Amino acid sequence: MKSIPFGASSFDGVPGLLRVCQLSVSYASRGHSPVRALRQLDLEMAKGEVVGILGESGCGKSTLARSIIGLLPADARVDGSILFRNEELMGLPEKQLRRIRGAKISLVHQEPGLALSPVMRVGDQIAEVIRAHRSLARKTRKLEVESILREVRLADSGRIYAAYPHQLSGGELHRVAIAQALACRPDLIIADEPTRSLDVTVQAEILGVLRNLNQAFGTAILFITHNPALLAGFADRIAVMYAGRVVENGGGSKVFGRPLHPYTKGLLDLVPRSTRTEYSAAGSHLPAIPGGPPDLKSLNHGCAFEPRCAPKTEICRIENPEELTPEAGHRVSCFNHDR
Amino acid sequence: MTAEQATKRAARPALVRVKGLHKRYVQRRAFSRSRFVVDALRNVDLELQPECLTALVGASGSGKSTLASCLAMLEKPDGGEIWFEGREISRCDARELIWLRPRIQMVFQDSAGALNPFFSAAQIVAEPLEVQRRESGRTLHQRACELMEEVGLSADWADRSPLEFSGGQRQRLAIARALALQPTLLILDESLSGLDLVTQAQILNLLADIRVTHSLTYLLITHDLSLVGQMADYIAVMHQGSIVEHGTRQRVFGSPQQAHTRKLLAATQDLESAFRAAQAEART
Amino acid sequence: MKYLRRRLAHGIMLLIGASVLCFLFTDLAPGSFFDEIKLNPQISPETVAALRAHYGLDQPTPVRYVRWVESVFRGEWGYSFAYNSPVRSLLMVRARNTLLLTGVATLLVWMIAVPLGIWIADHPGGWSDRLGMGSTAVLLSVPELVLALGFLCLAVRTHALPVGGMVSVGFDQFGQWSKLRDLLTHLIIPVLTLILAGLPVLLRHVRSSMAEVMKAPFIDAARAHGVSNARLLFRYALPAAANPLISLFGFSVGGLLSGSLLVEVVTGWPGLGPLLLEATMSRDLYVVVGVAMSSTVFMILGNLLADAMLVAVDPRVRMQ
Repeated sequence: MKSIPFGASSFDGVPGLLRVCQLSVSYASRGHSPVRALRQLDLEMAKGEVVGILGESGCGKSTLARSIIGLLPADARVDGSILFRNEELMGLPEKQLRRIRGAKISLVHQEPGLALSPVMRVGDQIAEVIRAHRSLARKTRKLEVESILREVRLADSGRIYAAYPHQLSGGELHRVAIAQALACRPDLIIADEPTRSLDVTVQAEILGVLRNLNQAFGTAILFITHNPALLAGFADRIAVMYAGRVVENGGGSKVFGRPLHPYTKGLLDLVPRSTRTEYSAAGSHLPAIPGGPPDLKSLNHGCAFEPRCAPKTEICRIENPEELTPEAGHRVSCFNHDR
Repeated sequence: MTAEQATKRAARPALVRVKGLHKRYVQRRAFSRSRFVVDALRNVDLELQPECLTALVGASGSGKSTLASCLAMLEKPDGGEIWFEGREISRCDARELIWLRPRIQMVFQDSAGALNPFFSAAQIVAEPLEVQRRESGRTLHQRACELMEEVGLSADWADRSPLEFSGGQRQRLAIARALALQPTLLILDESLSGLDLVTQAQILNLLADIRVTHSLTYLLITHDLSLVGQMADYIAVMHQGSIVEHGTRQRVFGSPQQAHTRKLLAATQDLESAFRAAQAEART
Repeated sequence: MKYLRRRLAHGIMLLIGASVLCFLFTDLAPGSFFDEIKLNPQISPETVAALRAHYGLDQPTPVRYVRWVESVFRGEWGYSFAYNSPVRSLLMVRARNTLLLTGVATLLVWMIAVPLGIWIADHPGGWSDRLGMGSTAVLLSVPELVLALGFLCLAVRTHALPVGGMVSVGFDQFGQWSKLRDLLTHLIIPVLTLILAGLPVLLRHVRSSMAEVMKAPFIDAARAHGVSNARLLFRYALPAAANPLISLFGFSVGGLLSGSLLVEVVTGWPGLGPLLLEATMSRDLYVVVGVAMSSTVFMILGNLLADAMLVAVDPRVRMQ
């Protein structure tokens, strides 16, 4: 199905498409210690690869997305390196970053209804992205936009072009957002929860559109979500994030089949099996991981997941686990991954 | 549910019985002579069994929220009947509503919008008690703190603004507020949408707990059947303003009868089977 | 279309209502035009009565109202006792002068406030922001009257500008360019006063409207697509921020006849202001009604214009 074998290219030290090294981002916070949104995060992506980022709200997923395209607020403190096609993005002047945003790396926002201007036609908004990066005559631009709309399976491209955001349904809006991201044929699309608040049937269609993009054009996709099921059969690799770090990183089926980190195990236990009848007696519970994400302002020295962890040991509270590679192409940061 | 429990449950009369409910919205467009007519509810029939969780599934625009508003008496239907505990309530006057409102409570989707940011958490929870003049002063605050603890929020947070709470915590707060008047029926309108998987599971567990302690009946409206489907006793499917399918969980999942239901289930189960396949592939 | 037709009908009804009220109020004011003459012992009461009958002042109010309406349709718009002429010719001359003043001032205010406001909104918290907000706060608290008088004092002291009036003595003998220069120098003080009085409000509105829009997620999303800052400001933010500004524009147009009355009186500009003041003092009934009604017409037209512009610019209004 996929031409890229698991564990190849980016893992073995070959740069590939994107390489994030020891990325740390903290935000100043009035009267408190700074919020450490990302802590020495490592991530790699090869050309044309689909990498899933799995994590709860507050784990730093959106901060990661914004760091890659350089759109963090002015008061954020950033450390580390982000290599994109062997070019260092960290510290690049705004002018050059603007040439990359939307053209080489595109972001698909969570809520497309809010990410589109309510007073401009959606076709014009897609055309604006093209206009920002390529010099085409207006008529050519319009034709280009209509052809992109057809690629994301919005067949009635004339009507969609002329429509305003409030005239479109949720599914159509998500597709328009993907079309905007596609407009300049980027190498990498960062999709931040692209199926949020969508019905199950529409969700499947959007996933189909993304899958098609990846197969037909070789566009790499960084798929950010909190639901593991969406990545099944789609993501080549999965990186599990917790409290600003990647705690597990491996091939899609490896992470699903043999999850190593207790957090990953907890998440995967929740993927529903509609046919399961165990939970329907009154008072029975779903296997939810207890507690909530840690306060990023006051992280202690040990493992951030420790308070919620079941198989924890004494060392977990004192030291931060190093990254281990228990099997080829599968990394984890945990002292007790084999429990 | 065991067979014995099932027969016991079935023997009790339905808590809520909706018959032939319909509601139409008419919008006058400023620029055309035509009026824009939307039949939000078309001849809706539904029953809610006591102390059971009924999940109402449907796409956006299918009329789920309108049905919830009518049940919670926030809107008046144009026709049909709603029977609650043996009384017809869709044409109640203001006096009867005073008795009725505490018994049917609602939790909304957008917790940030549904909770007043200028109130403290305790004030939000205490508000219904104050409005209905059931408590006052010190006992009010105490009761609010008790309710907060019951939904898993620390009473130390009683004076914080809801904006400081996470999404899941805000929903817990909304549930605490809904519990204040000791309702019989709790309607949750897409209350889990927008929360991540772990938080959704935690809230569902909380609901399972308080269902027993407070003898609650739930109508849980959602567009995503995956998690809720595991906890529901009954499932009702809504499509374009009518209930197209309604039955126990086993029956609806096992043998869905309507095309629309099948489509919905297929989409849900596709994801899950892809997931199981990926797991199986890795283990070989 | 239907929406605009409705607004137009609304406007006409407003006009009728305003005319009735205007008429009633001026009528209710104690005294009449001929009171001064009455005080003169040389003129007999019969003469006064005859004068009153001649001008129809002895008729009951409704009758006079109907006759006034007839006069409006005839094109005279009533009759001025003091000037002995139909109100219309009087109004036209004065209104032209007023419009010259307010037109120039309004145009300049908008041309300064909008770009300035956009620029300030693009640098929130910067020195331009603080300077802008500070100075507009000061200007807002200074009354128009004080500004006008202040400038006049300056003119007297420095002899740099003419002190009031619209034209100098001997204007008619000037050559064309001298005429223009003369007019312009006389315009400076009243226009400057009007600008300083009107700028703060508009500037603040432009700034706050833009600043709010700049915080919206869609601006952030467009930035994430690599759209340049200038494009973001003018193509994305300004149209979205236009809604309150359009309403303000409607008010600006609506106030073209009525906004400068005080300044005209103080600087001696021969517009509707001094005319209205004079007519009110002497109970020149129909002049007062005429001036009031023309201001009302402008107000209604201004609002209609704003409504039409809103429909054209904001698709969300169209859908309602």
